[in-house]
Amino acid sequence: MGKGKKVKDTPSDDDCWWWLVQKGTTAVFITVGLFALLVRAAVSLHPYSGAGNPPKFGDYEAQRHWMEITINLPVREWYRNSTRNDLSYWGLDYPPLTAYQSFIHGLFLRFFHPDSVALFTSRGHESYLGKLLMRWTVLSSDALIFFPAVLYFIIVHYNQSSRSRKSELAWHIAMLLLHPCLILIDHGHFQFNCISLGFTVGAIAAILSGKDFVASVLYCLALNHKQMSAYFAPAFFSYLLGKCLRRKHPILEVLKLGLVVLGTFAVVWWPYLYSTHSILEVLSRLAPFERGLFEDYVANFWCASSVLIKWKRLFTTESLKLISFTATVITCLPSMVQQIKSPSSRGFLYALLNSSFSFYLFSFQVHEKSILLPLLPATLLAIEEPFMFRWFTQFAMLSMFPLICRDNLVVPYLALHALFVLIPNAPGQHRIKESNYFVSYLGSATMHLVLCCYFVLHIVYLTMHPPEKYPFLFEAIIMNLCFSQFVLVTLGCNIKQWLLNKPVKLEEIEKKLI
Amino acid sequence: MGKQKPSVREVHHSHSPKRSLWWFFLVATCIKVLLFPSYRSTDFEVHRNWLALTHSLPLSQWYFDETSPWTLDYPPFFAYFERFLSIFANLIDPQIVHLQEGLNYSSNKVVYFQRVTAILSDLSLLYGVYRLTRNLDSRKQKLIWSLIVWSPMLFIVDHVHFQYNGFLIGILLISLSYLEEGRDLLGGFVFAVLLCFKHLFAVAAPVYFVYLLRHYCWGGMIRGFSRLLIMGGVVTAVFASAFGPFFHLGQIQQVIQRLFPFGRGICHAYWAPNFWVFYIMSDKGLAFIFRKLGFSIQTPTASFTAGLVGDSSPFSVLPQITPFVTFIMVLLALSPCLFKAWKNPQPQMISRWIAYAYTCGFLFGWHVHEKASLHFVIPLAIVAAQTLEDARHYFLLSIVSCYSIFPLLFEAQEYPIKVLLLLLHSILMWSGFSAQFYDGTEGNSGATMKKGFVIGWVERIYLIGLVVIEIWGQILHPLLLGDKFAFAPLMLISIYCAFGIMYSWIWQLVYIVKSL
Repeated sequence: MGKGKKVKDTPSDDDCWWWLVQKGTTAVFITVGLFALLVRAAVSLHPYSGAGNPPKFGDYEAQRHWMEITINLPVREWYRNSTRNDLSYWGLDYPPLTAYQSFIHGLFLRFFHPDSVALFTSRGHESYLGKLLMRWTVLSSDALIFFPAVLYFIIVHYNQSSRSRKSELAWHIAMLLLHPCLILIDHGHFQFNCISLGFTVGAIAAILSGKDFVASVLYCLALNHKQMSAYFAPAFFSYLLGKCLRRKHPILEVLKLGLVVLGTFAVVWWPYLYSTHSILEVLSRLAPFERGLFEDYVANFWCASSVLIKWKRLFTTESLKLISFTATVITCLPSMVQQIKSPSSRGFLYALLNSSFSFYLFSFQVHEKSILLPLLPATLLAIEEPFMFRWFTQFAMLSMFPLICRDNLVVPYLALHALFVLIPNAPGQHRIKESNYFVSYLGSATMHLVLCCYFVLHIVYLTMHPPEKYPFLFEAIIMNLCFSQFVLVTLGCNIKQWLLNKPVKLEEIEKKLI
Repeated sequence: MGKQKPSVREVHHSHSPKRSLWWFFLVATCIKVLLFPSYRSTDFEVHRNWLALTHSLPLSQWYFDETSPWTLDYPPFFAYFERFLSIFANLIDPQIVHLQEGLNYSSNKVVYFQRVTAILSDLSLLYGVYRLTRNLDSRKQKLIWSLIVWSPMLFIVDHVHFQYNGFLIGILLISLSYLEEGRDLLGGFVFAVLLCFKHLFAVAAPVYFVYLLRHYCWGGMIRGFSRLLIMGGVVTAVFASAFGPFFHLGQIQQVIQRLFPFGRGICHAYWAPNFWVFYIMSDKGLAFIFRKLGFSIQTPTASFTAGLVGDSSPFSVLPQITPFVTFIMVLLALSPCLFKAWKNPQPQMISRWIAYAYTCGFLFGWHVHEKASLHFVIPLAIVAAQTLEDARHYFLLSIVSCYSIFPLLFEAQEYPIKVLLLLLHSILMWSGFSAQFYDGTEGNSGATMKKGFVIGWVERIYLIGLVVIEIWGQILHPLLLGDKFAFAPLMLISIYCAFGIMYSWIWQLVYIVKSL
């Protein structure tokens, strides 16, 4: 059912949706939000990662195990290997906020179903009620953190932009709340990305409304929930730095922000601050360098180029760390420089996209699920860049397809994909302007060819067996195709970000002339 | 695009009604697909068994087979329909249509197959809605589509619980659309087909009969008589094609027995919110009072759901009810409507009359299922957008009847889904009706736009009562009373919803009597 879709500002007969929108942002948000919750609840009926697959199961078991550990052991032992806490079996490897969240959810589970989080005996626990309660923890986190953050963002974003059209607003809310990748990973595969991404959206909204301290606190929380949120760090850092440099006392401003960040970290890390050893203990858990340059198949530079260059054989892990770090920094440098030079709200959103992309494409140990991070700013930019957003989302979906197949989530994948195509095509909707620098780069023939590959790859992956000599042939092809498209997207967005400077300069010149 | 110049592009993208309707349907389909793994009632196995039965057995044994307790008890067209589906089922997985090995088969293949058939058979609903609304203005169209294509009741009953109501009600809507267009013969024909799919739709047959007699066959001795003959011939032909083979085999008595199992009780296992709930409750109440007053009242041995055994009555004070009594009561309740249909048969009233007939059948019928409220809620959606009064009535009715089928999905897993479906439906109705009746099309000020759709305070209190009942049943009752009186929350829902349905019945009755 559902969706408050898009509409024009003025009622007219052929515009059927204005009734949903005329009620204002809140009514639209409630309608779309309820629909988004319904979709999430329906997806959560499907299997989770590693269902019925002993001995290690999957991410679902990892999250459940963390709940088991956190409610049964004292805080100090959460990250320490001991007889009661075997770190080799899904040991905690996320920052403390994840642990606290597991603790709260663990209490919830223990209240209704103590067996599912009993120490030791609950390993690999799978039951109807257990699954249900676990699913509800994600649903409630989503509704309590991600949804309000999106509402905050929408209110801020559409207050300031003059061209706010109510129809666009409804569409934008739908895209943010119904993003297929996020729903599939959180409510199908089973993770809590909604929490860290929700904090990030909150931080971005705070930045857009000029509340830098709130933004810093929220971003630190995101960082302390999943260290992957660091993908956004260059953008936050450069934007805030650029802004401070424009104030009267730049150093004082930077110091203030630094204090806020340190304060937030201190609060979150409080239980581990009693000794350096314990801090290092936790930190070492957060950086699993022993797991190699990349895992499985992921559409980033290292995996895509490993078809030709065997990175893992040519270099030691140590030098790979250095190489990947350098590559990441170099690639996100342009967007950082742009933001330090002329920080702006729009530029900030592009910078978020570009910096998270350079991390996804070049950093060490990237998961296919990490594509969610660049997807977030892309979704926030969906109105400005509708084509880029759709194109990127499609290939992000494709890049997760092998994972989705492993989790037996093909049915919700197809349904959500269809929904994603349907929503922008709602009847009576104004087409949103497509600034198609992308098409002009690619040429429409190439685009159709790529789209064709996209469909064929889905079908091939579902129906055919790879040749025995190359068991991962299809994965490799998928990842290379996705990688090529991701590179195009990030190149386009880097250029877009730099082009933002131009009109500003023109305006300045005009002002001077006047 | 700039606001000032609507470009060619925009015009190109303004959709045709057909495309928009497909959009509604496809969005609903996405949700239906996501609901694949949800809870399935025994009806799922019933339909699977019918697939197996019609596929593996010759026609002559369809109505005799007792391999599974879920014997075939729908009319022959439905059996043919299952036979048709079983061809594909056999291609997908032969075990689905195996009479013995298929029993309680629950692999993904059979689940997906049957769920997909339910989704595809909804196309008849789509066609019915399309025919009924194609001449309305665009805004009304979309409102009606969102009420019918996105009906939460259809999601719950067809795509979670599992039945083919969308398909059958679609046929009813097609028939109504022909009647509204004045093509009575086709309307009658489609209705006869519907009866051969599911005989429970026969409650509206008296209305059809009177209406067609007056509207189609009346006027002149020869013309009238010949038309009566044509209509009679068409209906007979439909019934002959359905029941003919069984008649030929001499099994017609067995078929009738299967179709009308009067061995069942006056109420279904879960009481439908109808008139008999009040009857039973007043019987209990009176028995209690009489006992207090010193009369010796025997506790009845028979139960309401078990049917008639000998001459034991489930009632201790009030007179026993037999199927015949319920039949007379339905006819009595129908009579004002029949009278109106006789006096002035107008096509634009037919949807209301038919919906009214099903309301009567629901309230006073024998062994009524709570799902039967679909039969009048969906047709009423067509007239819901006509006047503000209609909208207010429909708003209440559709929320109450959707809530009354909540107990169908009793597992915790589907709880958020049914609640969200109902909430979403309510908010869509609210904003849709607001726009329909309070919009300022003629450049009204913002104040009127903000006003929105309002219902009376009695209705509001009643709806808040629903929330209270739900909270009591879900949280307070288990907390305070534990497992004691486990049936009480369900009974409360029945009784409370029965008030709402009774109100809807009276409202419809008054409307029909008042109309010219």
